[in-house]
Amino acid sequence: MSQHARITASVYTSHVPAIGVAMDQGRTRDPYWQPLFAGYGPSRRWMDAHRPDAIVLVYNDHANAFSLDMIPTFALGTADRYEPADEGWGPRAVPTVHGHGELAAHLAQSVIQQDFDLTLINRMTVDHGLTVPLSLMFGEQPAGATGWPVPVIPLAVNVVQYPVPSGRRCLQLGQAIRRAVESFDTPLRVQVWGTGGMSHQLQGPRAGLINREWDNAWMDRLIADPRGLAEMPHLDYVREAGSEGIELVMWLIARGAMADLAESADPAGPAGSADASAPRVAHRFYHVPASNTAVGHLILENP
Amino acid sequence: MPIAKPYQDIPGTTIFDADQARKGYWLNQFCMSLMKAENRARFKADERAYLDEWAMTAAQKEAVLARDLNQCIRLGGNIYFLAKIGATDGRSYQQMAAGMTGMSETDYRDMMLAGGRRPDGTPRHAAVAPEVAADASAATRGDTRQDTRQESRQDTKGTPR
Repeated sequence: MSQHARITASVYTSHVPAIGVAMDQGRTRDPYWQPLFAGYGPSRRWMDAHRPDAIVLVYNDHANAFSLDMIPTFALGTADRYEPADEGWGPRAVPTVHGHGELAAHLAQSVIQQDFDLTLINRMTVDHGLTVPLSLMFGEQPAGATGWPVPVIPLAVNVVQYPVPSGRRCLQLGQAIRRAVESFDTPLRVQVWGTGGMSHQLQGPRAGLINREWDNAWMDRLIADPRGLAEMPHLDYVREAGSEGIELVMWLIARGAMADLAESADPAGPAGSADASAPRVAHRFYHVPASNTAVGHLILENP
Repeated sequence: MPIAKPYQDIPGTTIFDADQARKGYWLNQFCMSLMKAENRARFKADERAYLDEWAMTAAQKEAVLARDLNQCIRLGGNIYFLAKIGATDGRSYQQMAAGMTGMSETDYRDMMLAGGRRPDGTPRHAAVAPEVAADASAATRGDTRQDTRQESRQDTKGTPR
């Protein structure tokens, strides 16, 4: 076995706040929510069998840790712990998120040296964008749990103030994260999660937008044609998936970290550890609605 | 040469770009202040006096007092920030979204259960299982997490499409 860390899988999911509330209030078997949580049953079984040593969790803050005072485009969490944010009505009763300080420090150094000018964060709270995916994949945590089952390195992306980073840049960041992980000198199994989306719009007279056909075609391309998908302009997201559907660019960071897209940082250098075969789709799920939002979910495994 | 803004013709949609953020800076920062319980209490005790502590325009203050979220957005507000006003009022994201579309909460809920709104802005309609419909309002009410203390105030004068 390699003595270096490697990326074993990527997970993609919406992070709708109402999902967290449904879990926190024990409503997951209500007729409204039951179909959604049924779709994550296979995910939790998969997670039991494929538990990683660390998760790089790509998400966005929703005016909680960041206000309009500071708007970092890509912000990597290098702290040892993060408390759930009080989003204005008390923090979620979920465990503290423990970081992975050593791997995070390594990622910070390696990714910045690959020309991604990350902001580094040593103190912040994490909102539903990060905790709802953890809840979906790990289920309800026992009362008094002192942490989640796996350490998490948050990667917060600005998708609130336009322009957000381009799909291409997101895919490239994922590729840089992959190179960084593979140069970490400990044989860790690492997953990269991309969260947010799918189609939804929370503002203005067009609020309530859902685009099932577009969402599913987008997931098809994420699996089979990620490089082509990364060229999709922002305008297409906004027009077809809604003003908040643009969160989907974050999924491209996780996709860029998969083995079939491995490239050397130096175009003139060796080809890296490229494995051309596409990832295996371990699970795929789509559901409408969760409150105002279409929920999409994928698990991709490296061969 | 001015920067291109090809997103300005999307129906019923305001993109929160750097110009909107500049216009809405104090409006949004006022909203952020409502994350603290003591500020929510002061705001609710005297909304006008609390707003007057902020360097907002008169039009922004009026839009907040009227809970006209569409007007708040036109004046530089962003929905994730404006949601703090909704939380202060005990209103969910779904209730706020319904208000901005000019639909009743029930009509909006049923539209979401029927598959939501098409990108051209028209709502979808479909028969919905009664037990799901009955459940849906309660199920989504918690998405601003505050107990559902209903207030009679209309939150918007949104223009119906």
